[in-house]
Amino acid sequence: MAEKLELQEVEVWDGNMAFAQAMRQAQIDVVAAYPITPSTPTVHGYAKFLSDGYIDGEFVLVESEHAAMSGCVGAAAAGGRVATATSSQGFALMVEVLYQASGMRLPIVLALVNRALASPLNVNGDHSDMYLGRDAGWIMIDAFNAQEAYDLMLMGFKIAEDLSVRLPVMVNQDGFITSHTAQNVRPLSDEAAYKFIGEYKEVNPMLDFCKPVTYGAQTEEDWHFEFKARQHKALMDSKSVIEKVFEEFKELTSREYSVVESYDMEDAEVAIVALGSTVESAVQAARDLRENEGIKAGVVATRVIRPFPYEEIKETLKNVKAIATLDRSAPGGTLGMLYNEITATLYQGDSKPVINNYIYGLGGRDMTQEDIKEIFRDIKKNADAGTLVTPLQQFSGLRGPKLSFFN
Amino acid sequence: MLEIRWHSRAGQGAVTGAKGLGDVIANTGKEVQAFAFYGSAKRGAAMTAYNRIDDKPIINHEKFMVPDYVLVIDPALVISADITAHEKEETKYIVTTHLSKEDLLKQVPKLEGKKVYTVDCMKISMETIGRAIPNTPMLGALMKVSGMFDIEYFKNAMLKVLSKFPQKIIDANMTAIERAYNEVK
Repeated sequence: MAEKLELQEVEVWDGNMAFAQAMRQAQIDVVAAYPITPSTPTVHGYAKFLSDGYIDGEFVLVESEHAAMSGCVGAAAAGGRVATATSSQGFALMVEVLYQASGMRLPIVLALVNRALASPLNVNGDHSDMYLGRDAGWIMIDAFNAQEAYDLMLMGFKIAEDLSVRLPVMVNQDGFITSHTAQNVRPLSDEAAYKFIGEYKEVNPMLDFCKPVTYGAQTEEDWHFEFKARQHKALMDSKSVIEKVFEEFKELTSREYSVVESYDMEDAEVAIVALGSTVESAVQAARDLRENEGIKAGVVATRVIRPFPYEEIKETLKNVKAIATLDRSAPGGTLGMLYNEITATLYQGDSKPVINNYIYGLGGRDMTQEDIKEIFRDIKKNADAGTLVTPLQQFSGLRGPKLSFFN
Repeated sequence: MLEIRWHSRAGQGAVTGAKGLGDVIANTGKEVQAFAFYGSAKRGAAMTAYNRIDDKPIINHEKFMVPDYVLVIDPALVISADITAHEKEETKYIVTTHLSKEDLLKQVPKLEGKKVYTVDCMKISMETIGRAIPNTPMLGALMKVSGMFDIEYFKNAMLKVLSKFPQKIIDANMTAIERAYNEVK
Protein backbone atom coordinates (compact mmCIF):
# COMPACT_ATOMS: atom_id res chain seq x y z
CA MET A 1 0.00 0.00 0.00
CA ALA A 2 1.41 3.36 -1.05
CA GLU A 3 2.45 5.75 1.69
CA LYS A 4 0.76 9.11 2.03
CA LEU A 5 2.65 12.37 1.61
CA GLU A 6 1.99 15.11 4.13
CA LEU A 7 1.68 18.31 2.11
CA GLN A 8 1.79 21.84 3.47
CA GLU A 9 -1.11 24.21 3.02
CA VAL A 10 1.09 26.24 0.69
CA GLU A 11 3.81 24.50 -1.31
CA VAL A 12 6.28 26.19 -3.65
CA TRP A 13 6.09 24.00 -6.75
CA ASP A 14 6.89 24.47 -10.39
CA GLY A 15 4.39 23.29 -13.00
CA ASN A 16 6.10 19.93 -13.47
CA MET A 17 5.98 19.19 -9.74
CA ALA A 18 2.32 20.22 -9.76
CA PHE A 19 1.66 17.68 -12.55
CA ALA A 20 3.66 14.93 -10.82
CA GLN A 21 1.94 15.45 -7.46
CA ALA A 22 -1.54 15.40 -9.00
CA MET A 23 -0.63 12.21 -10.89
CA ARG A 24 0.61 10.65 -7.64
CA GLN A 25 -2.60 11.55 -5.85
CA ALA A 26 -4.73 10.10 -8.67
CA GLN A 27 -3.41 6.59 -7.87
CA ILE A 28 -2.86 5.76 -11.54
CA ASP A 29 -2.68 2.07 -12.49
CA VAL A 30 -0.22 2.45 -15.38
CA VAL A 31 2.08 5.27 -16.48
CA ALA A 32 4.07 4.50 -19.65
CA ALA A 33 6.48 7.29 -20.48
CA TYR A 34 9.57 8.39 -22.38
CA PRO A 35 10.86 11.63 -20.83
CA ILE A 36 11.54 14.72 -22.94
CA THR A 37 12.36 18.35 -22.10
CA PRO A 38 10.59 20.32 -20.63
CA SER A 39 8.19 17.66 -19.27
CA THR A 40 11.06 15.45 -18.01
CA PRO A 41 10.64 16.53 -14.36
CA THR A 42 6.97 15.45 -14.46
CA VAL A 43 8.07 11.91 -15.35
CA HIS A 44 11.15 12.08 -13.12
CA GLY A 45 9.09 13.34 -10.17
CA TYR A 46 6.49 10.64 -10.66
CA ALA A 47 9.18 7.93 -10.89
CA LYS A 48 10.78 9.22 -7.70
CA PHE A 49 7.47 9.04 -5.85
CA LEU A 50 7.17 5.46 -7.05
CA SER A 51 10.66 4.44 -5.93
CA ASP A 52 10.11 6.17 -2.57
CA GLY A 53 6.99 4.07 -1.95
CA TYR A 54 4.29 6.68 -2.56
CA ILE A 55 2.79 4.98 -5.61
CA ASP A 56 1.38 1.48 -6.06
CA GLY A 57 0.80 1.55 -9.84
CA GLU A 58 2.98 0.29 -12.67
CA PHE A 59 5.54 2.60 -14.26
CA VAL A 60 6.81 1.49 -17.65
CA LEU A 61 9.79 3.23 -19.23
CA VAL A 62 9.38 2.56 -22.93
CA GLU A 63 11.60 3.07 -25.98
CA SER A 64 9.80 6.02 -27.58
CA GLU A 65 6.79 8.29 -27.22
CA HIS A 66 4.98 6.25 -29.86
CA ALA A 67 5.44 3.27 -27.55
CA ALA A 68 4.47 5.37 -24.52
CA MET A 69 1.08 6.25 -25.95
CA SER A 70 0.69 2.70 -27.30
CA GLY A 71 1.36 1.36 -23.80
CA CYS A 72 -1.26 3.77 -22.47
CA VAL A 73 -3.78 2.55 -25.06
CA GLY A 74 -3.15 -1.07 -24.11
CA ALA A 75 -3.36 -0.44 -20.39
CA ALA A 76 -6.47 1.71 -20.69
CA ALA A 77 -8.20 -0.90 -22.84
CA ALA A 78 -7.19 -3.53 -20.30
CA GLY A 79 -9.19 -1.56 -17.76
CA GLY A 80 -7.05 0.80 -15.69
CA ARG A 81 -6.48 4.46 -14.93
CA VAL A 82 -3.68 5.58 -17.25
CA ALA A 83 -1.59 8.69 -17.85
CA THR A 84 1.65 9.89 -19.45
CA ALA A 85 3.53 13.12 -20.03
CA THR A 86 5.37 14.54 -23.03
CA SER A 87 6.35 17.63 -25.03
CA SER A 88 7.15 18.76 -28.56
CA GLN A 89 8.92 16.12 -30.71
CA GLY A 90 7.72 13.42 -28.34
CA PHE A 91 4.15 14.58 -28.80
CA ALA A 92 4.66 14.64 -32.57
CA LEU A 93 5.77 11.02 -32.43
CA MET A 94 2.66 10.16 -30.42
CA VAL A 95 0.24 11.69 -32.88
CA GLU A 96 -0.66 8.47 -34.72
CA VAL A 97 -1.61 6.82 -31.44
CA LEU A 98 -3.50 9.90 -30.15
CA TYR A 99 -6.14 9.28 -32.80
CA GLN A 100 -6.30 5.59 -31.83
CA ALA A 101 -6.82 6.50 -28.17
CA SER A 102 -9.71 8.87 -28.86
CA GLY A 103 -11.25 6.55 -31.46
CA MET A 104 -11.23 3.72 -28.93
CA ARG A 105 -12.79 6.08 -26.36
CA LEU A 106 -10.02 5.46 -23.83
CA PRO A 107 -9.92 7.93 -20.89
CA ILE A 108 -6.15 8.48 -20.92
CA VAL A 109 -4.78 11.68 -19.38
CA LEU A 110 -1.81 13.30 -21.12
CA ALA A 111 0.27 15.90 -19.29
CA LEU A 112 1.48 18.06 -22.18
CA VAL A 113 4.17 20.60 -21.35
CA ASN A 114 4.11 22.83 -24.42
CA ARG A 115 7.31 23.32 -26.40
CA ALA A 116 8.30 24.44 -29.88
CA LEU A 117 8.66 21.93 -32.72
CA ALA A 118 11.90 21.66 -34.72
CA SER A 119 13.35 22.76 -37.05
CA PRO A 120 15.25 24.85 -35.90
CA LEU A 121 15.67 22.74 -32.76
CA ASN A 122 14.36 24.55 -29.70
CA VAL A 123 13.55 23.28 -26.20
CA ASN A 124 11.56 26.31 -25.05
CA GLY A 125 7.89 26.96 -24.72
CA ASP A 126 5.42 27.69 -27.49
CA HIS A 127 2.14 26.13 -28.54
CA SER A 128 3.23 24.25 -31.68
CA ASP A 129 2.66 20.85 -30.07
CA MET A 130 -0.69 21.86 -28.58
CA TYR A 131 -1.88 23.06 -31.99
CA LEU A 132 -0.62 19.89 -33.68
CA GLY A 133 -2.98 17.84 -31.54
CA ARG A 134 -6.12 19.87 -31.94
CA ASP A 135 -7.92 17.59 -34.44
CA ALA A 136 -6.99 14.38 -32.59
CA GLY A 137 -10.36 14.04 -30.88
CA TRP A 138 -9.03 14.72 -27.39
CA ILE A 139 -10.46 17.07 -24.80
CA MET A 140 -7.89 19.87 -24.52
CA ILE A 141 -7.59 21.99 -21.40
CA ASP A 142 -5.05 24.72 -20.75
CA ALA A 143 -3.40 25.80 -17.48
CA PHE A 144 -1.98 29.31 -17.16
CA ASN A 145 0.13 28.71 -14.01
CA ALA A 146 1.37 25.92 -11.73
CA GLN A 147 -1.68 25.97 -9.44
CA GLU A 148 -3.94 25.48 -12.43
CA ALA A 149 -1.71 22.71 -13.79
CA TYR A 150 -2.25 20.85 -10.51
CA ASP A 151 -5.99 21.54 -10.35
CA LEU A 152 -6.69 20.73 -13.99
CA MET A 153 -4.66 17.52 -13.86
CA LEU A 154 -6.86 16.28 -11.01
CA MET A 155 -9.97 17.35 -12.89
CA GLY A 156 -8.65 15.78 -16.11
CA PHE A 157 -9.07 12.26 -14.71
CA LYS A 158 -12.57 12.97 -13.49
CA ILE A 159 -13.62 14.41 -16.86
CA ALA A 160 -12.01 11.69 -19.00
CA GLU A 161 -13.40 8.85 -16.91
CA ASP A 162 -16.94 10.19 -16.60
CA LEU A 163 -19.22 7.48 -17.97
CA SER A 164 -20.86 9.85 -20.44
CA VAL A 165 -17.48 11.11 -21.74
CA ARG A 166 -14.87 8.31 -21.90
CA LEU A 167 -12.48 10.37 -24.00
CA PRO A 168 -8.79 11.12 -23.49
CA VAL A 169 -7.86 14.49 -21.99
CA MET A 170 -4.74 16.57 -22.53
CA VAL A 171 -3.82 19.11 -19.90
CA ASN A 172 -1.47 21.77 -21.30
CA GLN A 173 0.94 24.11 -19.54
CA ASP A 174 3.69 26.36 -20.93
CA GLY A 175 7.15 24.81 -21.13
CA PHE A 176 9.62 26.50 -18.73
CA ILE A 177 7.50 29.63 -18.18
CA THR A 178 5.09 27.48 -16.15
CA SER A 179 6.77 24.07 -15.98
CA HIS A 180 10.03 25.37 -14.47
CA THR A 181 8.72 28.39 -12.56
CA ALA A 182 8.09 27.74 -8.87
CA GLN A 183 5.08 29.53 -7.42
CA ASN A 184 2.78 29.18 -4.42
CA VAL A 185 0.55 26.15 -4.94
CA ARG A 186 -2.22 25.16 -2.54
CA PRO A 187 -2.69 21.41 -2.94
CA LEU A 188 -5.40 19.12 -1.62
CA SER A 189 -4.54 16.41 0.87
CA ASP A 190 -3.95 12.97 -0.66
CA GLU A 191 -7.30 11.77 0.69
CA ALA A 192 -9.29 14.77 -0.53
CA ALA A 193 -7.68 14.65 -3.99
CA TYR A 194 -8.38 10.96 -4.48
CA LYS A 195 -11.89 11.26 -3.11
CA PHE A 196 -12.56 14.07 -5.60
CA ILE A 197 -11.40 12.01 -8.59
CA GLY A 198 -13.03 8.82 -7.33
CA GLU A 199 -12.44 5.13 -7.99
CA TYR A 200 -11.74 4.18 -11.58
CA LYS A 201 -14.84 2.81 -13.31
CA GLU A 202 -14.10 0.09 -15.82
CA VAL A 203 -15.97 0.05 -19.14
CA ASN A 204 -15.51 -3.04 -21.34
CA PRO A 205 -12.14 -4.01 -19.82
CA MET A 206 -10.17 -6.41 -22.00
CA LEU A 207 -8.98 -8.22 -18.88
CA ASP A 208 -12.55 -9.32 -18.16
CA PHE A 209 -12.24 -12.72 -19.84
CA CYS A 210 -15.92 -13.56 -19.17
CA LYS A 211 -16.88 -10.81 -21.60
CA PRO A 212 -14.46 -10.68 -24.54
CA VAL A 213 -14.36 -7.33 -26.36
CA THR A 214 -12.57 -5.87 -29.39
CA TYR A 215 -10.85 -2.48 -29.44
CA GLY A 216 -9.82 -0.76 -32.65
CA ALA A 217 -11.85 -2.83 -35.06
CA GLN A 218 -11.63 -2.17 -38.81
CA THR A 219 -14.54 -0.28 -40.32
CA GLU A 220 -14.57 0.79 -43.94
CA GLU A 221 -17.14 3.02 -45.62
CA ASP A 222 -19.92 0.98 -44.07
CA TRP A 223 -19.46 2.11 -40.43
CA HIS A 224 -16.37 4.37 -40.08
CA PHE A 225 -18.39 7.55 -40.54
CA GLU A 226 -20.95 6.61 -37.89
CA PHE A 227 -18.14 5.87 -35.42
CA LYS A 228 -16.56 9.26 -36.04
CA ALA A 229 -19.93 11.05 -35.78
CA ARG A 230 -20.59 9.43 -32.39
CA GLN A 231 -17.10 10.30 -31.25
CA HIS A 232 -17.46 13.94 -32.30
CA LYS A 233 -20.84 14.14 -30.57
CA ALA A 234 -19.32 12.75 -27.36
CA LEU A 235 -16.56 15.35 -27.54
CA MET A 236 -19.01 18.23 -28.12
CA ASP A 237 -21.25 16.94 -25.31
CA SER A 238 -18.35 16.66 -22.87
CA LYS A 239 -18.63 20.41 -22.23
CA SER A 240 -21.48 19.89 -19.76
CA VAL A 241 -19.41 17.34 -17.82
CA ILE A 242 -16.39 19.64 -17.84
CA GLU A 243 -18.60 22.40 -16.40
CA LYS A 244 -19.99 20.01 -13.77
CA VAL A 245 -16.47 18.96 -12.72
CA PHE A 246 -15.36 22.63 -12.58
CA GLU A 247 -18.37 23.29 -10.32
CA GLU A 248 -17.58 20.37 -8.01
CA PHE A 249 -13.98 21.50 -7.80
CA LYS A 250 -15.09 25.00 -6.86
CA GLU A 251 -17.25 23.61 -4.06
CA LEU A 252 -14.23 21.73 -2.74
CA THR A 253 -11.54 24.41 -3.09
CA SER A 254 -13.26 27.77 -3.85
CA ARG A 255 -11.09 27.91 -6.96
CA GLU A 256 -13.23 28.77 -9.95
CA TYR A 257 -12.77 27.57 -13.53
CA SER A 258 -14.85 28.22 -16.66
CA VAL A 259 -14.67 26.86 -20.20
CA VAL A 260 -13.99 30.45 -21.25
CA GLU A 261 -12.17 32.64 -18.75
CA SER A 262 -12.70 36.39 -18.88
CA TYR A 263 -10.99 39.18 -17.00
CA ASP A 264 -12.21 42.78 -16.74
CA MET A 265 -14.59 42.25 -19.66
CA GLU A 266 -17.67 43.96 -18.15
CA ASP A 267 -16.99 47.29 -19.85
CA ALA A 268 -14.02 46.38 -22.08
CA GLU A 269 -13.72 48.04 -25.50
CA VAL A 270 -10.67 46.08 -26.57
CA ALA A 271 -9.74 42.52 -25.71
CA ILE A 272 -6.88 40.09 -26.12
CA VAL A 273 -7.73 36.43 -26.63
CA ALA A 274 -4.81 34.16 -25.71
CA LEU A 275 -3.67 30.89 -24.19
CA GLY A 276 -1.15 29.81 -21.54
CA SER A 277 0.85 32.00 -19.18
CA THR A 278 0.34 34.97 -21.55
CA VAL A 279 -3.26 35.14 -20.35
CA GLU A 280 -2.16 36.19 -16.86
CA SER A 281 0.54 38.53 -18.16
CA ALA A 282 -2.09 40.15 -20.39
CA VAL A 283 -4.43 40.64 -17.41
CA GLN A 284 -1.67 42.58 -15.66
CA ALA A 285 -0.97 44.67 -18.78
CA ALA A 286 -4.71 45.38 -19.25
CA ARG A 287 -5.09 46.59 -15.65
CA ASP A 288 -2.03 48.77 -16.03
CA LEU A 289 -3.46 50.36 -19.21
CA ARG A 290 -6.83 50.98 -17.57
CA GLU A 291 -5.12 52.75 -14.71
CA ASN A 292 -2.50 54.72 -16.62
CA GLU A 293 -3.75 55.23 -20.17
CA GLY A 294 -7.52 55.01 -19.84
CA ILE A 295 -7.81 52.12 -22.30
CA LYS A 296 -10.71 49.87 -21.36
CA ALA A 297 -8.86 46.61 -21.89
CA GLY A 298 -9.91 43.07 -21.04
CA VAL A 299 -8.67 39.52 -21.56
CA VAL A 300 -10.46 36.36 -22.70
CA ALA A 301 -9.01 32.85 -22.72
CA THR A 302 -10.23 29.50 -23.95
CA ARG A 303 -9.62 27.37 -20.86
CA VAL A 304 -11.10 24.50 -22.86
CA ILE A 305 -9.76 24.42 -26.43
CA ARG A 306 -11.57 21.24 -27.43
CA PRO A 307 -14.53 21.07 -27.39
CA PHE A 308 -14.35 24.67 -28.63
CA PRO A 309 -16.68 26.81 -26.50
CA TYR A 310 -18.54 28.68 -29.29
CA GLU A 311 -21.48 29.98 -27.28
CA GLU A 312 -19.40 31.25 -24.38
CA ILE A 313 -16.95 33.00 -26.72
CA LYS A 314 -19.83 34.73 -28.49
CA GLU A 315 -21.33 35.86 -25.20
CA THR A 316 -18.06 37.01 -23.62
CA LEU A 317 -16.93 39.07 -26.62
CA LYS A 318 -20.28 40.50 -27.70
CA ASN A 319 -19.65 44.07 -26.52
CA VAL A 320 -16.04 44.71 -27.53
CA LYS A 321 -15.04 46.88 -30.49
CA ALA A 322 -11.68 45.32 -31.31
CA ILE A 323 -10.02 41.98 -30.56
CA ALA A 324 -6.42 40.81 -30.84
CA THR A 325 -6.09 37.05 -31.19
CA LEU A 326 -2.67 35.88 -29.98
CA ASP A 327 -1.26 32.64 -31.36
CA ARG A 328 1.99 31.17 -30.00
CA SER A 329 2.52 28.82 -32.94
CA ALA A 330 3.84 29.40 -36.45
CA PRO A 331 0.66 29.52 -38.53
CA GLY A 332 2.10 27.62 -41.51
CA GLY A 333 0.53 29.62 -44.30
CA THR A 334 -2.70 30.92 -42.81
CA LEU A 335 -3.94 33.05 -39.94
CA GLY A 336 -3.47 31.75 -36.41
CA MET A 337 -5.82 29.14 -34.96
CA LEU A 338 -7.37 31.52 -32.44
CA TYR A 339 -7.96 34.12 -35.15
CA ASN A 340 -9.77 31.62 -37.33
CA GLU A 341 -11.87 30.10 -34.56
CA ILE A 342 -12.75 33.34 -32.77
CA THR A 343 -13.63 35.13 -36.01
CA ALA A 344 -15.75 32.24 -37.27
CA THR A 345 -17.57 32.12 -33.93
CA LEU A 346 -18.28 35.86 -33.80
CA TYR A 347 -19.46 35.86 -37.41
CA GLN A 348 -22.49 33.97 -36.10
CA GLY A 349 -23.22 36.64 -33.49
CA ASP A 350 -24.84 40.07 -33.71
CA SER A 351 -21.76 42.18 -33.13
CA LYS A 352 -18.93 42.51 -35.59
CA PRO A 353 -15.78 43.64 -33.77
CA VAL A 354 -12.56 44.33 -35.69
CA ILE A 355 -10.31 41.30 -35.24
CA ASN A 356 -6.63 40.90 -36.04
CA ASN A 357 -3.96 38.33 -35.36
CA TYR A 358 -0.58 38.38 -33.60
CA ILE A 359 1.94 35.57 -33.78
CA TYR A 360 4.25 35.83 -30.75
CA GLY A 361 6.58 34.02 -28.39
CA LEU A 362 7.82 31.35 -30.81
CA GLY A 363 10.57 29.18 -29.36
CA GLY A 364 10.17 30.77 -25.93
CA ARG A 365 10.67 34.41 -27.02
CA ASP A 366 9.73 36.52 -23.99
CA MET A 367 6.28 38.13 -24.09
CA THR A 368 6.90 41.29 -22.11
CA GLN A 369 4.40 43.63 -20.48
CA GLU A 370 5.46 46.27 -23.02
CA ASP A 371 4.79 43.90 -25.97
CA ILE A 372 1.29 43.21 -24.68
CA LYS A 373 0.54 46.87 -24.03
CA GLU A 374 1.67 47.69 -27.56
CA ILE A 375 -0.88 45.19 -28.89
CA PHE A 376 -3.65 46.76 -26.81
CA ARG A 377 -2.67 50.25 -28.07
CA ASP A 378 -2.65 48.86 -31.62
CA ILE A 379 -6.16 47.46 -31.45
CA LYS A 380 -7.43 50.58 -29.70
CA LYS A 381 -6.79 52.24 -33.08
CA ASN A 382 -8.93 49.56 -34.73
CA ALA A 383 -11.64 50.14 -32.13
CA ASP A 384 -11.59 53.94 -32.62
CA ALA A 385 -11.63 53.66 -36.42
CA GLY A 386 -14.29 50.94 -36.39
CA THR A 387 -12.36 49.17 -39.11
CA LEU A 388 -9.03 47.46 -39.58
CA VAL A 389 -6.28 50.10 -39.67
CA THR A 390 -3.51 47.73 -38.52
CA PRO A 391 -2.20 44.82 -40.58
CA LEU A 392 -4.45 41.75 -40.35
CA GLN A 393 -1.56 39.62 -39.13
CA GLN A 394 1.54 40.79 -37.27
CA PHE A 395 4.49 39.26 -35.46
CA SER A 396 4.98 40.59 -31.92
CA GLY A 397 8.45 40.49 -30.36
CA LEU A 398 10.50 39.92 -33.54
CA ARG A 399 13.95 41.51 -33.32
CA GLY A 400 15.00 44.37 -35.56
CA PRO A 401 12.97 47.18 -37.13
CA LYS A 402 9.27 46.38 -36.94
CA LEU A 403 8.44 43.29 -38.99
CA SER A 404 11.72 43.50 -40.94
CA PHE A 405 12.20 39.75 -40.47
CA PHE A 406 8.74 39.07 -41.80
CA ASN A 407 8.09 41.49 -44.66
CA MET B 1 6.75 43.69 -5.81
CA LEU B 2 10.37 42.85 -4.99
CA GLU B 3 12.49 41.46 -7.80
CA ILE B 4 15.82 39.63 -7.59
CA ARG B 5 18.16 38.47 -10.35
CA TRP B 6 20.85 35.87 -9.75
CA HIS B 7 23.97 35.57 -11.92
CA SER B 8 25.52 32.15 -11.62
CA ARG B 9 27.09 29.27 -13.47
CA ALA B 10 24.95 26.21 -14.09
CA GLY B 11 25.72 23.85 -11.20
CA GLN B 12 26.43 26.51 -8.55
CA GLY B 13 22.94 26.28 -7.14
CA ALA B 14 21.29 29.55 -8.21
CA VAL B 15 18.05 27.77 -9.12
CA THR B 16 18.07 25.87 -5.82
CA GLY B 17 18.89 29.13 -4.01
CA ALA B 18 16.07 30.99 -5.76
CA LYS B 19 13.60 28.20 -5.00
CA GLY B 20 14.83 27.91 -1.40
CA LEU B 21 14.33 31.63 -0.91
CA GLY B 22 10.86 31.26 -2.45
CA ASP B 23 10.07 28.44 -0.01
CA VAL B 24 11.10 30.48 3.02
CA ILE B 25 9.17 33.55 1.89
CA ALA B 26 6.02 31.59 0.95
CA ASN B 27 5.93 30.35 4.55
CA THR B 28 5.45 33.94 5.71
CA GLY B 29 2.26 34.25 3.67
CA LYS B 30 3.70 36.09 0.71
CA GLU B 31 3.40 35.08 -2.94
CA VAL B 32 6.59 34.08 -4.75
CA GLN B 33 7.93 33.20 -8.16
CA ALA B 34 11.30 31.53 -8.83
CA PHE B 35 12.55 30.74 -12.32
CA ALA B 36 15.66 30.61 -14.49
CA PHE B 37 16.87 30.99 -18.04
CA TYR B 38 17.98 27.54 -19.09
CA GLY B 39 18.39 27.36 -22.84
CA SER B 40 20.65 24.42 -23.42
CA ALA B 41 22.97 25.54 -20.62
CA LYS B 42 25.61 23.03 -19.60
CA ARG B 43 27.37 22.80 -16.26
CA GLY B 44 29.64 25.83 -15.95
CA ALA B 45 27.79 28.01 -18.46
CA ALA B 46 26.73 31.47 -17.33
CA MET B 47 23.04 31.61 -16.46
CA THR B 48 20.50 33.77 -14.66
CA ALA B 49 17.80 32.91 -12.12
CA TYR B 50 15.02 35.13 -10.81
CA ASN B 51 12.75 35.75 -7.83
CA ARG B 52 9.60 37.82 -7.61
CA ILE B 53 8.01 38.46 -4.22
CA ASP B 54 4.70 40.21 -3.60
CA ASP B 55 1.78 40.45 -1.19
CA LYS B 56 -0.71 39.48 -3.91
CA PRO B 57 -0.64 36.62 -6.46
CA ILE B 58 2.03 37.18 -9.11
CA ILE B 59 0.48 37.02 -12.58
CA ASN B 60 3.26 38.59 -14.60
CA HIS B 61 5.13 35.84 -16.49
CA GLU B 62 7.52 37.97 -18.51
CA LYS B 63 11.19 37.12 -18.08
CA PHE B 64 12.15 40.80 -18.40
CA MET B 65 12.96 42.29 -14.99
CA VAL B 66 14.17 45.55 -13.46
CA PRO B 67 15.76 44.03 -10.35
CA ASP B 68 15.84 45.43 -6.82
CA TYR B 69 18.72 43.08 -5.99
CA VAL B 70 21.36 41.53 -8.22
CA LEU B 71 23.13 38.55 -6.65
CA VAL B 72 26.37 37.51 -8.35
CA ILE B 73 27.48 34.12 -6.99
CA ASP B 74 30.38 33.44 -9.36
CA PRO B 75 33.39 35.79 -9.00
CA ALA B 76 34.17 36.00 -12.75
CA LEU B 77 30.62 36.87 -13.83
CA VAL B 78 30.87 40.34 -12.30
CA ILE B 79 33.24 41.02 -15.18
CA SER B 80 31.96 38.83 -18.03
CA ALA B 81 28.17 38.94 -17.54
CA ASP B 82 25.89 41.92 -18.12
CA ILE B 83 25.06 42.21 -14.43
CA THR B 84 23.86 45.82 -14.66
CA ALA B 85 21.25 45.06 -17.36
CA HIS B 86 17.91 46.84 -16.78
CA GLU B 87 19.08 48.28 -13.46
CA LYS B 88 17.47 51.16 -11.64
CA GLU B 89 18.93 53.71 -9.27
CA GLU B 90 18.00 51.71 -6.17
CA THR B 91 19.34 48.37 -7.46
CA LYS B 92 21.64 46.75 -4.88
CA TYR B 93 24.44 44.45 -5.97
CA ILE B 94 25.80 41.66 -3.79
CA VAL B 95 28.91 40.26 -5.40
CA THR B 96 30.90 37.15 -4.54
CA THR B 97 34.57 38.14 -4.67
CA HIS B 98 37.85 37.75 -2.83
CA LEU B 99 38.64 41.38 -3.65
CA SER B 100 38.04 44.33 -1.40
CA LYS B 101 35.28 46.65 -2.58
CA GLU B 102 37.87 49.24 -3.68
CA ASP B 103 39.79 46.73 -5.79
CA LEU B 104 36.57 45.34 -7.24
CA LEU B 105 35.40 48.79 -8.34
CA LYS B 106 38.79 49.40 -9.97
CA GLN B 107 38.41 46.22 -12.00
CA VAL B 108 34.70 46.68 -12.70
CA PRO B 109 34.16 50.40 -13.39
CA LYS B 110 30.50 49.84 -14.38
CA LEU B 111 29.74 49.34 -10.65
CA GLU B 112 31.19 52.73 -9.72
CA GLY B 113 28.68 54.84 -7.79
CA LYS B 114 26.26 51.95 -7.29
CA LYS B 115 25.08 50.25 -4.14
CA VAL B 116 27.61 47.42 -4.07
CA TYR B 117 28.16 44.87 -1.29
CA THR B 118 30.86 42.20 -1.33
CA VAL B 119 31.20 38.82 0.33
CA ASP B 120 33.39 35.82 -0.53
CA CYS B 121 30.73 33.12 -0.85
CA MET B 122 33.20 30.83 -2.65
CA LYS B 123 35.67 30.83 0.23
CA ILE B 124 32.86 30.48 2.77
CA SER B 125 31.23 27.53 0.99
CA MET B 126 34.61 25.80 0.46
CA GLU B 127 35.50 26.22 4.14
CA THR B 128 32.11 25.16 5.51
CA ILE B 129 30.33 22.88 3.02
CA GLY B 130 33.56 21.71 1.39
CA ARG B 131 32.31 22.42 -2.13
CA ALA B 132 31.94 25.52 -4.28
CA ILE B 133 28.17 25.86 -3.80
CA PRO B 134 27.85 29.57 -3.02
CA ASN B 135 24.03 29.75 -3.02
CA THR B 136 23.19 29.43 0.68
CA PRO B 137 25.88 31.86 1.88
CA MET B 138 24.58 34.37 -0.69
CA LEU B 139 21.16 34.07 0.97
CA GLY B 140 22.79 34.88 4.32
CA ALA B 141 24.36 37.99 2.77
CA LEU B 142 21.00 38.96 1.23
CA MET B 143 19.35 38.75 4.66
CA LYS B 144 21.90 41.18 6.06
CA VAL B 145 21.74 43.67 3.17
CA SER B 146 17.95 43.58 2.71
CA GLY B 147 16.91 43.12 6.33
CA MET B 148 14.22 40.84 4.90
CA PHE B 149 14.22 38.46 7.87
CA ASP B 150 15.92 38.16 11.23
CA ILE B 151 18.88 35.81 10.70
CA GLU B 152 17.73 33.29 13.33
CA TYR B 153 14.25 33.14 11.78
CA PHE B 154 15.79 32.69 8.33
CA LYS B 155 18.15 29.92 9.46
CA ASN B 156 15.26 28.09 11.09
CA ALA B 157 13.21 28.36 7.92
CA MET B 158 16.15 27.10 5.85
CA LEU B 159 16.38 24.00 8.08
CA LYS B 160 13.07 22.89 6.58
CA VAL B 161 14.20 23.63 3.02
CA LEU B 162 17.41 21.64 3.55
CA SER B 163 15.76 18.80 5.49
CA LYS B 164 16.39 16.20 2.77
CA PHE B 165 20.18 16.51 3.29
CA PRO B 166 22.33 14.70 5.91
CA GLN B 167 22.75 16.55 9.23
CA LYS B 168 26.43 17.32 8.49
CA ILE B 169 25.50 19.19 5.29
CA ILE B 170 22.68 21.03 7.04
CA ASP B 171 25.01 22.17 9.84
CA ALA B 172 27.64 23.29 7.31
CA ASN B 173 25.02 25.33 5.43
CA MET B 174 23.88 26.98 8.67
CA THR B 175 27.47 28.01 9.41
CA ALA B 176 27.86 29.28 5.83
CA ILE B 177 24.70 31.39 6.06
CA GLU B 178 25.78 32.84 9.41
CA ARG B 179 29.30 33.63 8.20
CA ALA B 180 28.11 35.37 5.03
CA TYR B 181 25.59 37.35 7.09
CA ASN B 182 28.43 38.57 9.32
CA GLU B 183 31.06 39.04 6.62
CA VAL B 184 29.16 40.90 3.88
CA LYS B 185 30.19 44.56 3.60
